[in-house]
Amino acid sequence: MLTPTPYLKKTFYQTGDQIAFAARFFREVFRPPYQWREIIFQCYLVGYKSLLLIGITGFIMGLVLTIQTRPSMAAFGAESLIPGMVSVSVIREIGPVITALICSGNIGSRMGAELGSMRVTEQIDAMEVSAVNPYHFLVVKRVLATTLMIPLLVVFADSVGLFGSYVAMNIHSRSTLYHFFSQAMGKIDFGDIFPAFVKTFFFGFAIGIIGCFKGYHVSGGTESVGKAANSAVVSASLAVFVIDMLAVQITDLFNR
Amino acid sequence: MMPETENDIAPAPTDGEVLSPAGQEEPVVEITGVSKSFGEHPVLKNIALQVRKGENLVVLGKSGSGKSVLIKCMVGLETPDEGEIRVFGKNIVDLSYRELNEVRVRVGFLFQSGALYDSMTVRENLSFPLKMHHKSMPYEERDRRIHEMLDNVGLHDAVDQMPSELSGGQQKRIGLARTLILRPELMLYDEPTTGLDTGTSHEISELILKMQRKYKISSILITHDMACAKMTADRIVMLKQGEIVAEGSYEELEKSKDEWIHSFFI
Ligand SMILES: Nc1ncnc2c1ncn2[C@@H]1O[C@H](COP(=O)(O)OP(=O)(O)OP(=O)(O)O)[C@@H](O)[C@H]1O
Ligand SMILES: [Mg+2]
Repeated sequence: MLTPTPYLKKTFYQTGDQIAFAARFFREVFRPPYQWREIIFQCYLVGYKSLLLIGITGFIMGLVLTIQTRPSMAAFGAESLIPGMVSVSVIREIGPVITALICSGNIGSRMGAELGSMRVTEQIDAMEVSAVNPYHFLVVKRVLATTLMIPLLVVFADSVGLFGSYVAMNIHSRSTLYHFFSQAMGKIDFGDIFPAFVKTFFFGFAIGIIGCFKGYHVSGGTESVGKAANSAVVSASLAVFVIDMLAVQITDLFNR
Repeated sequence: MMPETENDIAPAPTDGEVLSPAGQEEPVVEITGVSKSFGEHPVLKNIALQVRKGENLVVLGKSGSGKSVLIKCMVGLETPDEGEIRVFGKNIVDLSYRELNEVRVRVGFLFQSGALYDSMTVRENLSFPLKMHHKSMPYEERDRRIHEMLDNVGLHDAVDQMPSELSGGQQKRIGLARTLILRPELMLYDEPTTGLDTGTSHEISELILKMQRKYKISSILITHDMACAKMTADRIVMLKQGEIVAEGSYEELEKSKDEWIHSFFI
């Protein structure tokens, strides 16, 4: 019998543990030893493994968005506004969110499964008893990698997305890449780019810390590793939307 | 006697004297009144035991009797609900994380599953503890130690293999090499021979005994393999549903009239 109370209680406890887990990151991140090579390797994994997928998705988003807005803009004879419109929506919203969602699925789940299987095969305990802090060794580098790489991936997704939009524009009319980008960037100012860029660091942090948390706290057998990976994706995707909503509210306060 | 280096955490006594198993030295491990339950389910009930320096204590018990939980308490992987666990004179239960780690460096723990790091090769598995605890150790010295340990466990050829490419017995041996590479003063073995054929079990038991003598380690060995217990035990305690029910040498316990104790020796 599934009553809401124990479920709610569990959710609250989990959220508390998750926050404590995230707070621990800030205590441990400045503590030596710094594993530069390990961090760079994790960055490579995070960046490289998602590059193709994000490139394709970004391209298609830019392309589709442009094709779909064209008829209504054309009705007003305002086709020259399309690049500006698309670039605002790609840079402010679609690029960051799509990238973060893809990474939640791709990277969040991998981290959950990786740490989860280390937990159930007692590798984390083995590290602990050999007097190595497993949080410092396993979690810090992964979270640093997502926090640093996801903003870069977003920049990549935005650029490819705008290129997709340029390709779509060229279906109906000829314009040079330079012309397109000057139209697109004309509509963008610092107030669009800065908040959008800042929130991507939060996306990256959330994806890394949630993936690691779910894996680190696996208990039980192999099937719980699968569950951890799954719930890492679900929670990280949800966290992305929540952060996005907060970011919008905060930006809105400043723009008034 | 093998050469000792200045990087050793715990230089073993070099005088070559065999420590008397039941000697009068201060205890390395002293457990008093330890109880632990998971929820409503009591796993350890008022456990008391001691391990003297150089002694090899075997803990016998059926599956689920709380043996693994007991040794996990000794390294702070589980916290007992009550009682005191003194390792090298320090009560594990009240130590800070840093102090606990100072004790942990002196203790080796062989997991029931081997627990090799599966993303690293055998060489990386062995060099990991050295890199973490002897940062200034020169590369050649590290390499020398790795090869010495692989020689000890007879798996020189496996150095560049991944753990997943090794058999269960080989993984246990590499696990043993990895724990011994830091030269612990106290070893905790969780069922080192379970799941292995009799020949391999015998080899592992011999290996444990050999390492014990070579590096003068005190140890606690958990098992339900009587052949292993017979070979390695100086003293045996028997655990039944979380309680110590008997204690003595192999020969003494073998003669016991108690049916439950006797059932192990059949
Ligand atoms: N993390 C845990 N949560 C809940 N119960 C646990 C936990 N760890 C162990 N137990 C319970 O404690 C009891 C003893 O477990 P333990 O692993 O110590 O057995 P064991 O003597 O090592 O058995 P085996 O020989 O099979 O390894 C078991 O009944 C188990 O259900
Ligand atoms: Mg066990």
